[in-house]
Amino acid sequence: MQMKTIHFTLNGVQREKTIDVRASLTDMLRDDYSCFSVKKGCEVGECGACCVLIDGETFNSCIYLAVWADGKSILTVEGLKGPSTGELHPIQQAFVDEAAVQCGFCTPGIIMTAVELLGTGRKYTREELRKAISGHLCRCTGYENILNALDKAINH
Amino acid sequence: MFDFEALYEAHTIDEAVALRAAHPKAQVIAGGSDQLIKIRAGRLAGCELLSIYTVDELRGVTLDGDGTLRIGPLTSFSHVTRDPLINRLIPVLGEAVDQVGGPQIRNIGTIGGNVCNGVTSADSASTLLAWDAVMELTGPEGKRRVPDSAWYLKAGQVDIRPGEILTAILIPKTAYDGYFGSYFKYAMRNAMDIATTGCSVNVKLSADKKTVGDARVAFGVASPVPVRAPSAEAVARGAAISEKTAEDFSRAVLADIHPRTSWRATAEFREHISVEMAKRTFLEAVKRAGGEF
Repeated sequence: MQMKTIHFTLNGVQREKTIDVRASLTDMLRDDYSCFSVKKGCEVGECGACCVLIDGETFNSCIYLAVWADGKSILTVEGLKGPSTGELHPIQQAFVDEAAVQCGFCTPGIIMTAVELLGTGRKYTREELRKAISGHLCRCTGYENILNALDKAINH
Repeated sequence: MFDFEALYEAHTIDEAVALRAAHPKAQVIAGGSDQLIKIRAGRLAGCELLSIYTVDELRGVTLDGDGTLRIGPLTSFSHVTRDPLINRLIPVLGEAVDQVGGPQIRNIGTIGGNVCNGVTSADSASTLLAWDAVMELTGPEGKRRVPDSAWYLKAGQVDIRPGEILTAILIPKTAYDGYFGSYFKYAMRNAMDIATTGCSVNVKLSADKKTVGDARVAFGVASPVPVRAPSAEAVARGAAISEKTAEDFSRAVLADIHPRTSWRATAEFREHISVEMAKRTFLEAVKRAGGEF
């Protein structure tokens, strides 16, 4: 088994880890750091359930080798909660307020895309928001409430 | 866990070339959005991987001294789309790669990986072919350049020799200066889909914007590899800007394309949409160049 030691930041905390080079980033985040917001969905980069931010950009962690995280900063939904009281992030609160969650499997991935959009500091039209979440599959909601939540969190 | 035997990681071009020589059987992996999926499906079981994803000197877009546009092959699709030089000189390339997969795929997928796969449906492939791109390879004997027209050997195989890696995609100044382009992707869905057929056209108009000085058109999924349509280009060259020219141009593409029937579409349907796509894309490119109908 080929192992490699990598250094990275996970949700603001510096980490050092010796891992099997065959691991995906999804494997490492779930198995070694209990980041269960990172879902195993299609595992071929189509559904977006495993989406995380790497240096501020969205990536499907299922098709990202864990060793590539060396030197990078990774953010998952676990890193969004408030530091003192654990309150919800405004995007999460918007998902609650707009009833944008049904089974919840796609939710963490879409929230990470929303965090990336929020980070740009600009406003998005409904059409732009639809395109921005086109790499996330939701089989429950029909997307309308998700778009309402995104609009509320990002544009207001 | 992915099923592969060993992983070799390069951080510089020199390391990548040395590792290619040391491990000739290793599969090169850039962003991995094709390779890792094949591996997960068990189609490359037991393979060795040579990761070049961390060769940061292969990222970004710059201009050479002679005005040649130099695209680093590891530049992700989303970075190509956002790049100021691409937006100024060949915005159509940014538009074409903005139609690959979905946003997360465009963050990991690289333009070099797209053309090295040698797949006819690659969204960047037809546009690069239409802009007379040149591939720059680096190997044990130094650098070598291959025009895009000679790049595709057959479906899934391009002219990369043992020991070489793609180190730049070049667009010469003569190929982009004064040209305006447009790309049309026909697919069943607006995202997360592979082109049924893709068409990229660019034109350069005469000084008075009344005639077509030069026109170039390339297709994806109209042949086993991306192809140009020289018959259509000859029809348009020197012709007056008119609806008739657009019609003649688009019908002439049939002399050069050889689409196949696949589960996505029949050959007949691909021929039909190729003509219509050529027309619409030509009209749009001429409009962008300042031509009026």
